[in-house]
Amino acid sequence: MLVLRKFLRDIPAVAGALIVLLVLLLAILGPWIAPYPEDAAASHLLRRLRPPSAAFPFGTDNLGRDILSRVILGARGALTVSLTVVAAAMAIGVPLGLVAGYARGVVPELIMRVTDVFLALPQLILALALAQLLGPSVESAMLALTLTYWPFFTRIVHAETQRLRGALFVDALQGIGASTPRILFLHILPNALSPIIVRATIGLGFTILVAAVLGFLGMGATPPDPDWGLAVAQSRGYLPNAWWFATFPGLAILVAVLGFNLLGDGLRDLVDPRLRRSR
Amino acid sequence: MPVPTLAVEDLRVAIRGDEGVARILDHIAFRLEPGRILGVVGESGCGKSTLIRAILGILPQGAAIGSGRILFEGEDLLAFSQAELNRSVRGSRISFIPQDPYLALNPVFTVGAQMLEVMRRHRPGAPREHRAHLVRLLRRVQLPDAEAALDRYPHQFSGGQRQRLLIAAALACAPRLIVADEPTTALDVTTQQQILLLLRELVEEMGLAMLFVTHDLGVVAELCDEVCVIYAGQSVETGPARALLDAPLHPYARALLACHPDRAEGFLGIPGAVPSPLRAPPGCRFAPRCAQAREACASRAPHPRRAAPGRMVDCILHDPAAVPA
Amino acid sequence: MTPILEVRELAVDLGGRRRWLRPDLPPVRAVRGVSLSLRPGEVLGLVGESGCGKTTLGRTILGLQRESGGEIRLDGAVVSGLAPREARRARNAIHYVHQDAGAALDPWWSIGRTLEEALLVQGVRDPAERRARIDEVLAAVGLDATARPRYPHEFSGGQLRRVALARILALRPRVVILDEPTSGLDMSVQAMVLNLLGTLRRRYGLTYLFISHDLSVVRRFCDRVAIMYLGRVVELATAAEVFARPRHPYTRALLAASPSLSPEARPPAPIPAGEPPSAARLPPGCAFSPRCPHAQAPCRRTDPALAPDGRGETACLRWREIAADTMLPA
Repeated sequence: MLVLRKFLRDIPAVAGALIVLLVLLLAILGPWIAPYPEDAAASHLLRRLRPPSAAFPFGTDNLGRDILSRVILGARGALTVSLTVVAAAMAIGVPLGLVAGYARGVVPELIMRVTDVFLALPQLILALALAQLLGPSVESAMLALTLTYWPFFTRIVHAETQRLRGALFVDALQGIGASTPRILFLHILPNALSPIIVRATIGLGFTILVAAVLGFLGMGATPPDPDWGLAVAQSRGYLPNAWWFATFPGLAILVAVLGFNLLGDGLRDLVDPRLRRSR
Repeated sequence: MPVPTLAVEDLRVAIRGDEGVARILDHIAFRLEPGRILGVVGESGCGKSTLIRAILGILPQGAAIGSGRILFEGEDLLAFSQAELNRSVRGSRISFIPQDPYLALNPVFTVGAQMLEVMRRHRPGAPREHRAHLVRLLRRVQLPDAEAALDRYPHQFSGGQRQRLLIAAALACAPRLIVADEPTTALDVTTQQQILLLLRELVEEMGLAMLFVTHDLGVVAELCDEVCVIYAGQSVETGPARALLDAPLHPYARALLACHPDRAEGFLGIPGAVPSPLRAPPGCRFAPRCAQAREACASRAPHPRRAAPGRMVDCILHDPAAVPA
Repeated sequence: MTPILEVRELAVDLGGRRRWLRPDLPPVRAVRGVSLSLRPGEVLGLVGESGCGKTTLGRTILGLQRESGGEIRLDGAVVSGLAPREARRARNAIHYVHQDAGAALDPWWSIGRTLEEALLVQGVRDPAERRARIDEVLAAVGLDATARPRYPHEFSGGQLRRVALARILALRPRVVILDEPTSGLDMSVQAMVLNLLGTLRRRYGLTYLFISHDLSVVRRFCDRVAIMYLGRVVELATAAEVFARPRHPYTRALLAASPSLSPEARPPAPIPAGEPPSAARLPPGCAFSPRCPHAQAPCRRTDPALAPDGRGETACLRWREIAADTMLPA
């Protein structure tokens, strides 16, 4: 319980956790709490580009849709993309990292060199190229992001595994004759979990951002999806007069990314080994 | 009676933490004369490191001195501010030899740079003189190739050599008292013996006083003139090393010595565990594990009595004022 | 009596690898031709300073480190020259207790699960039998069933040694390699651990290889003692003989340097100057010759082998003359 108490003392991390919780709730309950859920697809050309008012707190867009509703409805898409991407990247990156960190010889060398190549390329550029190749759609954006994000997990897991393979408890397990898969998955993986979770949390925020960039550049979500990045892209033609059109979806991206990053940073402090010792 | 270099009187230190107030030190008392080595012996958790921190004035946050004085050459260190301690005590008149020579040196600076830094603060004179003095000291601690050693980095020395470097560093500002925290624990036996012999010679040569904290009774027998046995933050027995080790009076000191393989008849150990300083029993802290404990022990406040010339024992069995059982 | 474990001319090279466009890294000769045997039920002490190869020797006998030469026999059958996994299988009667018992336990696993895992790995399929065995060994090491759900960080150093012993005992070993089983423990805890080790040895008929640098402990606990210096055994005899009449100059130095409650009762010998050289840079001839007060020209040329000396074995060219010189009773 010391961990929880320590976490609650970290105000930015708690703020991050609250934001993440809010995004999560919006994603789940969006269609029920959005004031105009039908605005996901419908357009109302008679009320185009209205400034924020009591009826439309965030104003309306170029097709007369309530921006607040679209921001709320966009949470589900953003979260789906980022959760899928991070889960898939972990599914690829973590086992590769385990193997690369534990085995000896050519295979780990190969894995790590490929990882280095991926890490050396700017992720956004690579994702852009891939998304372009696959044709603009949410699915291709997710695929592109996954293919560019797994090396981060491989790197972390590789480093942790290398550290842990020299740990005395691994030595003791070898001494009693435990098999390699047992050592890797039941002992090394749980011990390496904390940095993986931290990376994943920060990755969720980061993926929302990159997915929004892809949407903005027309490589991700397609109209009329209520996508935050797409909304910012569409608003460009109406600036600076319709400032609300760009501002509120942009803020949604900012706040969501900030929330995940704050939470991730807080978790990083929590898994600091110094805390473990004081327990 | 000469002024002792260090006299600790009824020192009590409590540390407030997440789980409550830990009464780490509960009556510590001993005297250390110039030219003598006092071994402070106790098992882990007995408060040895808190005692060192109290003497050096580096108690952690949340620590409070409950009572007592730490007299260094007649002055109470507890009355000094941190600035005063830095200016005229720590690193100059009192120096410290840490347990782990690997951790005590910064790996990115040469040892000379690190040692001269301290001298520049505390010693008058030009850098050239400081350097010459250091080289003399390094020769004295038998570091091979003393002249060149100053320009080398810590990793270029072996464990024993590093410990010699730290001893030279401790001597650099001509201290009156050296506090050594298990300086030989990390070393092999032959190296340890070399270091112990060196420390003994240096203390006699320079008329220093040394407080040597250890858990190794064998090292105490080799090196120390006097011993202070600490149990759970209480100094239970003090006296001349030879006499105390040969015939300990306090039940804890007796039990501890009986555990040493050189003495043990069967390996029995001491039943029970050291009490947590958070929930220390009132009165004698050893009473719950003591075979000779009486009812009165549970409430008996610490007050050491002279049991023999130079020997103080804090136990009801050696207290003439106590009611016989 | 046939030895339960026999090691002949065992050599272990560590590290060493070929490098591209750079000079190859030569291997470190950590163990150089060690021969010793364990009789059933005895405690053989393996003593030496850090870097002398005693831990490497222990790990090689266990099978975690592959030997580069020599032979290991268990109950007369050769168990050396095998790939690591097969070596471990062939030597399942041998188990090892690490020096740092706490670090040898996975911090995320409760004690009960850790003990159970050891049995699962060894193929004990019946849950009731696993339960019974765990209860038995926990009781044998003086812990009760409340230890099962707890995690390693909740135990003290002495208790962790007990847990480590319980884990090994559950596997029904016959030879146990104890790596510094008392180092880092308080005196009172050390006494209890030694007491427990003695009890367990009698109860389970164990044979111990007791690796230690603490001569006071070895003297009290071991039947025979092997002294190691830079990868070689330099003296091997009963504990009583080694401590009363040390033959090898290194043994003498070690005894003279080892802290004792009665320093004046020790046999006098000069403490060698300097520190042991690294095993990567072995001096020619006898490895101890550069620090030995008795070394002469032949010592710097020939590396003496362990040879019978009437009451044990000594690896010194000059032990007879030294014994006569220093007028110790031979």
